[in-house]
Amino acid sequence: MEVPILRQGQYLIASIQSALTDADLSHLREALIAQVGRSRCRGVIVDVTALDVMDSFAVRTLRDIAHMARLRGAETVIVGIQPDVAFAMVQLGLTLKGVATVLDLEEGLAFLDGRTKERTLEVKPKRPSGRG
Amino acid sequence: MGDELRLTIAADVDVVEARQQGRALAAVAGFSSGEQTVIAAAISEIARNILMYAKKGEITLSLVQNGDRQGVSIIASDQGPGIPDIERAMQYGYSTSHGVGAGLPGAKRLMDEFDLKSVVGQGTTVTMRKWRRSI
Amino acid sequence: MNTKKGTTVMTRPSEGPGSGLTESSAGLLRELVAHLRQNRTQLREEWARRITRAELLTAMTEEEIFAEATAVYDNYVEALETGTFEALQAYSRRLSERIIPRGVETDEVVGIVLLLRDVLARSLFTKYQDNVEKLNRILDSYEPAANRIANTVAVGFVEERERIIRQQQEAIRELSTPVLQVRERLLILPIIGVIDPQRARQLTEQLLRAIRANRAKVVVIDVTGVAAMDSGVANHLVQTVEASRLLGATVIVTGLSPEIAQTLVTIGVDLSEMATVGDLQGGIEEAERLLADRAPPSPPMRGELPPETSR
Repeated sequence: MEVPILRQGQYLIASIQSALTDADLSHLREALIAQVGRSRCRGVIVDVTALDVMDSFAVRTLRDIAHMARLRGAETVIVGIQPDVAFAMVQLGLTLKGVATVLDLEEGLAFLDGRTKERTLEVKPKRPSGRG
Repeated sequence: MGDELRLTIAADVDVVEARQQGRALAAVAGFSSGEQTVIAAAISEIARNILMYAKKGEITLSLVQNGDRQGVSIIASDQGPGIPDIERAMQYGYSTSHGVGAGLPGAKRLMDEFDLKSVVGQGTTVTMRKWRRSI
Repeated sequence: MNTKKGTTVMTRPSEGPGSGLTESSAGLLRELVAHLRQNRTQLREEWARRITRAELLTAMTEEEIFAEATAVYDNYVEALETGTFEALQAYSRRLSERIIPRGVETDEVVGIVLLLRDVLARSLFTKYQDNVEKLNRILDSYEPAANRIANTVAVGFVEERERIIRQQQEAIRELSTPVLQVRERLLILPIIGVIDPQRARQLTEQLLRAIRANRAKVVVIDVTGVAAMDSGVANHLVQTVEASRLLGATVIVTGLSPEIAQTLVTIGVDLSEMATVGDLQGGIEEAERLLADRAPPSPPMRGELPPETSR
């Protein structure tokens, strides 16, 4: 099951539609990271609303996506984790520490807007605009 | 309860199938949707464990009863290489493969009963159960 | 819940007098039933008298006792006659529904059924005292059936009691875990009383659903009303905080008493990820601040990166 990746402005949105196998997840990770580099986007949203279970492999993949995307200059936010799924995750000891998570797509977009703005502000003084 | 469900685990789609069947069975047993999710996650972990270490194995799902308590039983067995150091394998955060080391110890945390038997060179059997809360 | 199972577990037909005398034991049973029908008035009165004398069913009037005794007696004889217990089961369930709210206890119900068993056995002794051999055979068919009847009534009562207790527990639980929305995107969860693992789980599930339903960004969990907390409950609290973060909500814990704080530190529960504020008022103020900061939204990325990635 291929996960569609949409581009919206500066962001990539991967919206998972159904249960994914490990291979599907790995494929999603590779596709996202490749696209982050190609499109020089600033943010990645992974929408997991459709997932009714998240085990260690899924959580690890999401974490890897976030870390790899960061190394390539993009922030990642996971959106749509279901209440039951969240509870099962923490009981498994999978807390997605260091990865941003918000309620839904709308919140995810707002989060990335906030983050990229902050970042631009931080970065500006160090990097004069005349460069390039 | 005579009806049990045997599922072959030989590819990653089988892991998805096993946890979906497990969730359905937990629903039949009357578990809350939160507990169904927990059971599905535990099945996912042990099914993947089969795949990673033994390549092929089997998961048996069934309903169990103890007095007036209802529960589900999940047995995962394989004829793989076995686990040389069980104590270490059950340590949270330990993994020889590409997991986050939450596999077996993670599943144990989620279930009420967890039993691991393994003989090197012969295979591994994990038996786990979860009981429904009285309410 | 499962009425049928409970009774079948406790009463085995194999307790019977042995398969050899089925034909004659059926005949004996008929004779027995006829005897109990004939002496209905007298035996029933004797039983009611002994109930009063033993000070059972004190919550009920004598008329009520006599009315119930009559009904139980007739059901009893019918169960002996037909060997089927469904009617008796249904009756003892209804009886339990009536008398449990009036404070009748399990030992009283068991007591009255055993009294009936004794009253009837005594009348059999009197009737057959000249024929010991027959008396023995009559008792052989009477005793297992009588025991099974006693069991059925007692189990019916206990099951009904348990059902009521479960219902009440459920009601109390729901009352005691209110998730309150004080303003947009802010929830308060005041926890009062004793938290066992079961209640802790229920609390978390309720809170997580409420976070999603109300699109909450901040949750204040107030534990002022919690007297004690062991490591299990404390770890659960940590899990609740983590799960809330996965839904995008920040949790502030307020009202940790000095004793609880000390216990938690002593038993080594890792509370480093948890935002705590002294009292509920302070917690709400802190929550308001967090919500005000949210335009632009504040990053919930508070945790550190795992060691394998370098910053």
